Amino acid sequence: MRFLRCADHGLLVELADLDEVLALYAALRAEPPPGVTDLVPAARTLLLHLAADADAGGVERAVRAAEPTAGSQGGDELLRVPVVYDGADLDEVAELTGLTRREVVDRHTAAEWTVAFGGFAPGFGYLAGGPPELTVPRRAESRTRVPAGAVGLAGEFSGVYPRESPGGWQLIGRTELPMWQVDRDPPALLRPGVRVRFEEVS
Amino acid sequence: MTTDAPAPEALEVVSTGPLATLQDLGRPGLAHIGVGASGAADRGALRLANRLVANPEGAAAIEATLGGLAVRAGREVVVAVTGAPCPVTVDGAAAASHSVVRVPAGAELRLGVPRSGLRSYLAVRGGLAVDPVLGSRATDVLAGLGPDPLTAGTRLPVGPPPERFPCVDLAPVEAPVSGELTLRVVPGPRAEWFTQAALDALLSSAYEVTSESNRVGMRLDGPVLERVRAEELPSEGMVAGALQVPPSGQPTLFLADHPVTGGYPVIAVVASRDVDRAAQARPGQRVRFTASPSRASRHRTY
Repeated sequence: MRFLRCADHGLLVELADLDEVLALYAALRAEPPPGVTDLVPAARTLLLHLAADADAGGVERAVRAAEPTAGSQGGDELLRVPVVYDGADLDEVAELTGLTRREVVDRHTAAEWTVAFGGFAPGFGYLAGGPPELTVPRRAESRTRVPAGAVGLAGEFSGVYPRESPGGWQLIGRTELPMWQVDRDPPALLRPGVRVRFEEVS
Repeated sequence: MTTDAPAPEALEVVSTGPLATLQDLGRPGLAHIGVGASGAADRGALRLANRLVANPEGAAAIEATLGGLAVRAGREVVVAVTGAPCPVTVDGAAAASHSVVRVPAGAELRLGVPRSGLRSYLAVRGGLAVDPVLGSRATDVLAGLGPDPLTAGTRLPVGPPPERFPCVDLAPVEAPVSGELTLRVVPGPRAEWFTQAALDALLSSAYEVTSESNRVGMRLDGPVLERVRAEELPSEGMVAGALQVPPSGQPTLFLADHPVTGGYPVIAVVASRDVDRAAQARPGQRVRFTASPSRASRHRTY
């Protein structure tokens, strides 16, 4: 665990891997240390935003004292996401992974994914925990327009575009389930810790 | 946005200048679902405008960029203009910025181009009462959350006046500088990804604010900041004031609507007390960074 200061705005906690990030996030999020206004989990780091009058040293001590709760990344909630697997990059993903289209779909639906962190857009979640065989690079060229509901793969992650936006993920399918609705509580279905299963529909 | 409030309660936007948005103190606490804090780019100026009209500090007000804002009052309203000091007129008669101004029913309030600085704030006693989105009335131009940027014809409801009354007429404040702006920074969190020459250049050279600047951040133009580490940085959380360095080597200074996470290393961060001043820098203005003694360094002993 390494602490990196972002002036007096924040404390960036660098950890060994995503599991450590999620364990620390799970330990802190129910009751963040005094002066912490926001927690931002990411692939290798947890950023703690600090209030103007926060005692950064005290926050650092509280983080060191926190007991990471491994394996309990939030929870029990399981979200089932119905997907039509007709994505424009399904053939390319099959080629990159050496699998058939059918095998790509089977592996994507067989895994239990967990939302690791967000950040790209409101309601977007980086889903981790998938099979290593589905690890693929981003597209060489980003699309200027990816429709809302597009289901994609990039690196070790899967994700669902919450709204139309540019994007470079490999698209394998689409869902009708609205991932982000500003007037719904909660607005985001994909929040860190939520477990996800994709289910094939036609 | 609520635009169909009865006219007598409303301010009507007549013109907006280059960009006018509603802002308050934003929506902190939602970064984990990809929602940034947003809110006024110059938070101190927003708070001051609200204090002048005895509103709660975080009431929603208009953030006008480079003046050009005109609104017509549907009924008498009490307002204050802060931030970049601009000529203020009520039906053509001069009024002062950083003061409490009465605008009679039917009168038109105009903000001219500021003498220095970029962003002026127009607070109305009672606050602008459009429907909040996720607890805030701020427009986040990156995430596309909150009310749309204002356009001519937009009607803005005004909330009920607070119980307290304005107790000062005028707030003397230092105007934003029009020449070279000095901002205090603390190196890190990723200073070690850069050469010593890059750090030296950042702290000894002037950078020019380019026209590719908005509420998300200011692209700066100056000496290229070279990295010693070439690998990709896994995306990590970002703060306002961060100087993020993309492959071009020219830093971007993040402001209120900065992305929640970013994938380029941050060489240094502008101290929080200087972020408001950074948000008043105009395209073409020069900025210089000086190392701020980190409060953090005093806490490193345990």
